[in-house]
Amino acid sequence: MAARLMQGNEACVEGALAAGCRFFAGYPITPSSEIAELLSRRLPQVGGYFIQMEDEIASIAAVIGASVGGVKAMTATSGPGFSLMQENIGYAAMAEIPCVIVNVQRTGPSTGLPTKPAQGDVMQARWGTHGDHPIIVLSPSSVLEAFLMTVRAFNLSEKYRSPVILLMDEVVGHMRERVELPPREALEITDRVAAHVPPEWYFPFEDPSTDVPPLAPFGEGYRYHITGLFHDRAGFPTERVDEIDPWIARVFGKIDQHLSDILSWEEDFPAGSRVLVVAYGATARAARHAVKLARAKRYKVGFLKLETIWPFPEEVTERLARQCKRVIVPEMNLGQLALEVERVVGRQKVRRVNLANGEMITPQQILAAIEEK
Amino acid sequence: MRRYEENRMYHYLRRHKKFPNVWCPGCGIGIVMSAIIRAIDRLGWEKDDIAMISGIGCSGRMPVYMDFNTMHTTHGRALAFATGLKMVKPKMHVIAIMGDGDALAIGGNHFIHAARRNIGITSIVINNSVYGMTGGQYSPTTPTGSLATTAPYGNIDQPFPICELAIAAGATFVARGTVYHAVELDRLIEKALVHEGFSVVEAVSYCHTTFGRINKLGTAVDMLRWQKENSVTREAAAKMTPEQLQGKIVRGIFHEREFPEYTAAYAKIIEQAMAGQRQA
Repeated sequence: MAARLMQGNEACVEGALAAGCRFFAGYPITPSSEIAELLSRRLPQVGGYFIQMEDEIASIAAVIGASVGGVKAMTATSGPGFSLMQENIGYAAMAEIPCVIVNVQRTGPSTGLPTKPAQGDVMQARWGTHGDHPIIVLSPSSVLEAFLMTVRAFNLSEKYRSPVILLMDEVVGHMRERVELPPREALEITDRVAAHVPPEWYFPFEDPSTDVPPLAPFGEGYRYHITGLFHDRAGFPTERVDEIDPWIARVFGKIDQHLSDILSWEEDFPAGSRVLVVAYGATARAARHAVKLARAKRYKVGFLKLETIWPFPEEVTERLARQCKRVIVPEMNLGQLALEVERVVGRQKVRRVNLANGEMITPQQILAAIEEK
Repeated sequence: MRRYEENRMYHYLRRHKKFPNVWCPGCGIGIVMSAIIRAIDRLGWEKDDIAMISGIGCSGRMPVYMDFNTMHTTHGRALAFATGLKMVKPKMHVIAIMGDGDALAIGGNHFIHAARRNIGITSIVINNSVYGMTGGQYSPTTPTGSLATTAPYGNIDQPFPICELAIAAGATFVARGTVYHAVELDRLIEKALVHEGFSVVEAVSYCHTTFGRINKLGTAVDMLRWQKENSVTREAAAKMTPEQLQGKIVRGIFHEREFPEYTAAYAKIIEQAMAGQRQA
């Protein structure tokens, strides 16, 4: 494909279509609305479906309903809408229904600063819905990554039968960059595994050959039950501990046992680095520049850009941080992913750089932290 | 005949898996369930083509017992889930089972907007005037003046008239029946099922366990008898004065009109958009 000037939200749309998304339900909200606008035009052109729902609760519900019908489905929103979606994100995790939720973060809490960026929903993306549940969260830092990670979000969602959250921010969503999207044939696209047994042998929540049982679409002969209650292998409600415990082990295991597939990051860590900068999302751009400036001043600095932020990439963070005296974590919030870094490397080593007033963190602010003794 | 009827019923139930059910002995929800089955059986629909989607509450448990593609969703959201499924599977028969609190309080917004879209979903609202599963709190259809566990001094809210609400919101088929008039109820449901567009059947039930007990209305049988004695057909109601109609349940079809069904209208958009693509 030829190079184009493209917005992050637009790249997300291209990624979704390339990944095979054929259903979108959403509710208008800044700064994500372009995704809905573009898909309302593009989806029917490829035989897909767009619907504007009455609120974000209904949007994610319709997405789950469409996914149960066998169609790759997503929604896009921002903070206030993301709050409303939490209830049914939990349902998708519980019932193991693949779906992609894009949250173009704006500054919060509440209505906050609708057209300003933030990274304030990091913890909400992990723990926003009630109860322990597995979740996958990706965070792009550029327009190209918005494309690639949307594709990846769908792939992971379908592969692991899990909701996947694409945590963008207003900068990545609205920024325009020159990008050259990879051709469709160069992309790896994961489709849902079809049920491989006849209906009478089918269990939607247990398959001896895999920890991710195939999900048969409704209406194709596999009649079964889906519920947000704890359920047995057939999907029927249960309160039996001997059925609940294996379920918990399996749904957490299906993520935890495949971290090498799910986690992704980019490391630029020259031997002998004494300071590590850990960043993600739009802030990673400022961090990368700060690292460059610091190296020009002969500081020994390593850089770790996290792409999957949940599950938190513990091992790489630990491996690199162990070699350093200090770890700097810049974020457009008051310290959220820093809590994870601190958990892994210890509080003493971590220097947070935070800004939650709607402004971006500058390379100079991060450089100043690198230069601190 | 009785034996035949039983056998047909079993055909639609997950009888080896999930019985006995969770409902209190004497509950009206089972009557609604069997009315739905009779209607579907008369239509001769394949079980594979039917999706039954519910919210939360006593009514929300119904799909567990039914041998369809079934989904027990979150409180109030059945219609929103159903909308997504119906969009991508327009040929499926999608039935939403909701209670009064489910459909009209927490799900009220989804209810009016699904009606406004006229999407081809059959909504069965089982109205027992109370939140039964949580212990008898007042709901959007609890009559003014009635007692509830959260209205110990009497309910001061006005109840929602479900059918009028559905009509005003744009539903294109709206009917009301009672569980006492079970055969009439299955006829109404059958008409709602074949209707092209958003259809609503208010199935007036009762909760003798909570609402009946706190309001001293007697047993399930007493409450059924009350329905028999205090409901009139739409035709009979037309001849009655407003005073005579006070406190009466009116049964029948209240609204039926044609308007393009949502997924059919959207299919035309797809056709138009795809044709545009080919030209481009």
